[in-house]
Amino acid sequence: MTVSVHYFARLREELGRQEEQAELPGDSLTVAELWQHLHQQPPPARLMAAVNQEQAGLDTPVRDGDEVAYFPPVTGG
Amino acid sequence: MSVTVEIHPDDFDPWASVQQAEQAIPAQARGAASVFVGRMRDFNEDETVTGLFLEHYPGMTERELERIVAEAEARWPLLGCHVAHRVGEVRPGDALVLVATWSAHRVAARDACSHILERLKHEAPFWKRERLADGSDRWVEQNTPGT
Repeated sequence: MTVSVHYFARLREELGRQEEQAELPGDSLTVAELWQHLHQQPPPARLMAAVNQEQAGLDTPVRDGDEVAYFPPVTGG
Repeated sequence: MSVTVEIHPDDFDPWASVQQAEQAIPAQARGAASVFVGRMRDFNEDETVTGLFLEHYPGMTERELERIVAEAEARWPLLGCHVAHRVGEVRPGDALVLVATWSAHRVAARDACSHILERLKHEAPFWKRERLADGSDRWVEQNTPGT
């Protein structure tokens, strides 16, 4: 399956990229498992995520064609 | 109920924005309006801040703001709600955020305005990076408590 992955703010700067396409085995995995697959380590503390532009948790499922975003705690307002 | 959500890439006049949004609310019914305007300070955590960069997630940010407003609409009898937020390069004194709510009565307008602002600060995908007086940058890791 293929998913698009987006990074924002400090994470985007630290990883040196804003977006990547990920090719993955199987047809579903969780937000945490996707991070582990891409970065070879568990998700950092206080990581926030969205799937298809809706708030998601680390155990939210990710499927083929989804848009996944990872970002630090939000600081708007 | 009239709902408007705006993302401003350039400096905007929050009061003109409120006046414009108010035109959509029936004049005879709007007994109460509550408005919050947040602007950029030139200090944070005891340091001078000379500029701010505000990043957002185009698409999701607007959807989250609309979701937060819908949550307030379900809880209070509102006539209208207007939310505007700045993104991009911001200078001290510029407006950052505007939340305006209209209702027949004061408590609904005031409580909904406060609720929307707090939810926005904790849930809407915006991130601030500060430019300090020595020219260095730092990402803001968390918002100040509401005091």
